[in-house]
Amino acid sequence: MKKILFVLEKPPFQGIKLQENLDMILTAAVFDQQVALLFLGGGVLSIKSGQNPTDLGLKDTAAIFKALEIYDVKDFYVEVESLQAFGLKPGDLIFPVQEIYRKDVNAMIVESDVVLSAG
Amino acid sequence: MKYAILVNANPDTSASAISAYRFVKAALEAGHSISRVFFYKDGIYHALHYRTAPDDECHLTQAWQTLAQAFELDLVVCVSAAQRRGLLNPDEAKRQGKQDDDLAAGFRIGGLGQWLEAMLAADRVIEF
Repeated sequence: MKKILFVLEKPPFQGIKLQENLDMILTAAVFDQQVALLFLGGGVLSIKSGQNPTDLGLKDTAAIFKALEIYDVKDFYVEVESLQAFGLKPGDLIFPVQEIYRKDVNAMIVESDVVLSAG
Repeated sequence: MKYAILVNANPDTSASAISAYRFVKAALEAGHSISRVFFYKDGIYHALHYRTAPDDECHLTQAWQTLAQAFELDLVVCVSAAQRRGLLNPDEAKRQGKQDDDLAAGFRIGGLGQWLEAMLAADRVIEF
């Protein structure tokens, strides 16, 4: 089993980018790998509550994020500084997350076997 | 060292595309092995049969084909990313009630599972 860290750092709803990232994340989860997600920068907006991507002709990505729990993916990390930059609090997000400070991000990357920047 | 390579980069509009090719070529020439090159997202445009670059420009599709032949590289194109962008091989086209034949020689269609498989078997995973 490998520790796979997906880093989501781009704002969501730019076409199918987030959908394609989720497809790969789901596949990794189905393969019973230890999957963690790290939200940085505009990527934190991917899990902000109360958005309606279906209005943009996109899939309801919040529902897909929430479905990850079925596959035992529960390690969701959000960079504190990125949340603050958008004036958000953990309570504004679609599910409980673990907050991580920017100074600790590097250690998290080093501890992972594979890091994929889900751009 | 055994590498698994993920190419998300568009061959025409991303600087990472030529880097991916050069990295794989250098790794192979240095005696490393590449378990698989998986083309995902806009990377699938590498596998378009009819990509035709002007004579004085780099032709990445041909470059990958030549490299694949020399080193028996496994070049896999993600089926869902490809279909979304209109790249179908004759079998899939038939299944979808269409007529199409876009896949360049030397590439094959596969699923994300094959990427995971390659990733798990590799010592290093590099994404472009």
